[in-house]
Amino acid sequence: MIATLSAALELPRPVVVAMLGLWAVLIAASALVLALRARDEARYRELTERTASWWWMIGAFTFAIAANQVVAIVFLAIVSYLALKEYLSLIPTRRIDRGLLLFAYLAVPVQYFWAAVDWYNMFIVFVPVWMFLLFPALMALRGDTQNFLRAVGTLSWGLMLTVFCLSHLAMLLVSGELTNPVGGGVGLLFFVVVLAQFNDVAQYTWGKLFGRHKVTPSVSPKKTWEGLVGGVLTTTVLAALLGPYLTPMDYLWSALAGSIIGVSGFLGDINISAVKRDLGVKDSGGLIPGHGGILDRVDSLTFAAPAFFHFFRYFFTP
Amino acid sequence: MSTNPLTRLARFLFFAVLVRGVILLALGLTVRHRERLPQDGPAILAANHNSHLDTLALMSLMPLSLLPKLRPVAAADYFLAGKLRGWFARNIIGVIPLERGQVRKGARPLAVLDDAIECGDILVLFPEGSRGEPEALGRFKTGIGLLAAAHPDVPIVPIYMHGFGKALPKGSALLVPFNCTVSVGATLHGAGTRHEFMKAFEAHMAGLAGKETVPAWD
Repeated sequence: MIATLSAALELPRPVVVAMLGLWAVLIAASALVLALRARDEARYRELTERTASWWWMIGAFTFAIAANQVVAIVFLAIVSYLALKEYLSLIPTRRIDRGLLLFAYLAVPVQYFWAAVDWYNMFIVFVPVWMFLLFPALMALRGDTQNFLRAVGTLSWGLMLTVFCLSHLAMLLVSGELTNPVGGGVGLLFFVVVLAQFNDVAQYTWGKLFGRHKVTPSVSPKKTWEGLVGGVLTTTVLAALLGPYLTPMDYLWSALAGSIIGVSGFLGDINISAVKRDLGVKDSGGLIPGHGGILDRVDSLTFAAPAFFHFFRYFFTP
Repeated sequence: MSTNPLTRLARFLFFAVLVRGVILLALGLTVRHRERLPQDGPAILAANHNSHLDTLALMSLMPLSLLPKLRPVAAADYFLAGKLRGWFARNIIGVIPLERGQVRKGARPLAVLDDAIECGDILVLFPEGSRGEPEALGRFKTGIGLLAAAHPDVPIVPIYMHGFGKALPKGSALLVPFNCTVSVGATLHGAGTRHEFMKAFEAHMAGLAGKETVPAWD
């Protein structure tokens, strides 16, 4: 059956197996949540909502990966666009910059195009160099200096985080075709996305069960050392198991990659938490029931995707 | 509104495909207390007004089966100016045009609204009158108080909309994507005088507005 699926979807066999495993975990977790809900509905309402949203998210992710590479890149670009829109809606903006913000949205398809055609050199400079220079220039030409620095700073930073950082997922997918003979680009994408999301859940669970000592009380009071350490260790173990199967890394390298994803995921998470604190909002949006906005969901990936990409590129690209 | 089946189909497609598509991709709505929206007419949805998108977004929140009953109330002098705009406003958006400005003695400009309520329509009303300064709450006109007093059994739902003035403010034809919020308030009924109703309505709107953390717009 797996061989048929693998051929029909034109996916590497290990990716199909890993994907089936992911769905098995989702189904098992959903059964557990349903059992919990039967015991105490009010207490587990948010958990139920979260789980229902996971079905949508894993469903969309599976579809994007299984369809073909173009669909997967468009899917990732839409995630970037939604994250940028959420970010620009949260921060203070100047009325005079309305037209420029439309330009900023256009950076999304362009950046993902560089990834789609595997043009690494342009991909890596487009936002940090060209967009970084373009927007302050345009804003200066418009002539309004009131809050100029704030407008330039917040826009450049938001583009880096939601467009540049997240687009590393698309670059991983495309460049991985050559660098990963084991599971292809899809294998690498699956590895980093699933581990980063798993790390969130693991940290949350360890924290709920054993959390005592706060890591960053002023930024994210729910994050504890117990959750962080337990989560990163669990992610490292899972990475050591998955890595040799999906990627050219052996179990030690995979474990190192897993711990990098775990730690950077945590840092990406508290980074968005700090932004929300600063702006005085609880959730970044209302797109995903039980989770908040899309930034609340991809916050860990904004750090984990580039961290893993450059780790892998440095050590495993011939 | 036209009874021509082709025009009605055009209206349905406009709202079912174009409006919903644009709102889903270009805006993205966060709706608080969607369950407070009326299930059927007659009813009045009364919202603050910052953008042409307000009307479209509000109408998209109601089920498509109620679309024939949904009638935005709009200024005749603005929306019926020009043949094409007038046709579009009347037949596709389905507006009930209202005369603004000086009222002749004895004339009842709101009579068309009474008729629509009698027919079981759902009115979409913007008591601020015009769109005004983007993202700022203006003064409410008291016409809605008159309607409330005349139809005490018709539910009036106060709705606070936020973000639309950033996406498409007055005087701009450029739609820039922004997330928008729609907060539906508890249903009001017009017991008592027009001024009592206006007080209750203003308090509800201020309450809904106060719950939003509004990023600066300068």
